[in-house]
Amino acid sequence: MNNALIFISVSISISLISFWQDKQKTILGLKKGLKMFRNIIVPFLNILILVSLLLYLVPPQLIVKYLGAGSGVTGFAIAAIVGSITLIPGFIAYPIAASLIKQGASYGTIAVFMTTLMMVGVVTLPLEIKYFGKKVAILRNLLNFVVAIVIGLVIGIIL
Amino acid sequence: MTQTQKFTPYLWVLLFAIFIIGSFSFGFTPGKVIYQSFAQSFIEMITFIPFLFIIIGLFDVWFPKEAIEKHIGKDSGINGILMVIVLAMFQAGPLYGAFPVAHILYKKGSSIKNIFIYLGAFSSLKIPMLGIEIGYLGLKFTLARTIVALPLFITVGYFMEWYLKNKNFEVYEVTG
Repeated sequence: MNNALIFISVSISISLISFWQDKQKTILGLKKGLKMFRNIIVPFLNILILVSLLLYLVPPQLIVKYLGAGSGVTGFAIAAIVGSITLIPGFIAYPIAASLIKQGASYGTIAVFMTTLMMVGVVTLPLEIKYFGKKVAILRNLLNFVVAIVIGLVIGIIL
Repeated sequence: MTQTQKFTPYLWVLLFAIFIIGSFSFGFTPGKVIYQSFAQSFIEMITFIPFLFIIIGLFDVWFPKEAIEKHIGKDSGINGILMVIVLAMFQAGPLYGAFPVAHILYKKGSSIKNIFIYLGAFSSLKIPMLGIEIGYLGLKFTLARTIVALPLFITVGYFMEWYLKNKNFEVYEVTG
């Protein structure tokens, strides 16, 4: 909620300063922003629908069960795959990660899970393709998947 | 565009709405659970995405391409990298919120490398997220993850630039 408040106050202050400097430019800018928002709202809603369906099918308790203590290489692999496919909002993902640590999951597994959640998005791929084209979007996700595995392995070794 | 194509994007939203209304009227528990997590994510999105677009729109009219290109374009070097990383750090929200920003950066003449470094930094260095991460997973974990991730996504940026050079790379504007 705090993030939202910061965003709202920053954007309102910027709008006011902009309006004070140049009325016409500001109106044009706001119109442009609104148009982009209108274009994106339905694709975003579709993602949220998909995310909520996936969260139901793969509930946090299930994730904790498979990634907890002694899950080893299998746990690491499951973490990478689940993290890549789903898009779990931060306010759900971090509590899951914290309880996983408490239950004895390795730091490497947590790192790969959180990193794939943030950097790789199979659910958001259709939207990403609209922005970058098929080849680039898939390549970016593959590269970031490899990066996430490396991060997980390095964290697993050093922590 | 035919009438049907025009309405396809709304199809899922419509089906979902019917499913949720149905779930509530017939007491179908899974539907209610799904709705609750949808509502949570929706509130998370709607409280900052519209304002993100206000900032993007104003940025678009105030900063001419030439000015931005000088700082984060092809010849911007290490300062350009630093600049997109700092820009990404001051944002919030899931990765899909970064795509429209990537489009604007592209439009303003950003180098390919810096667009992908921006996306990398967005996904793992956002200050609001780091705050939550430290709270839940501790400073040591957060620092280690950040320090390991930073050189890796800069490498991804260089790789993408090398790979996409002379390939007519574009970040499109999404229109529904």
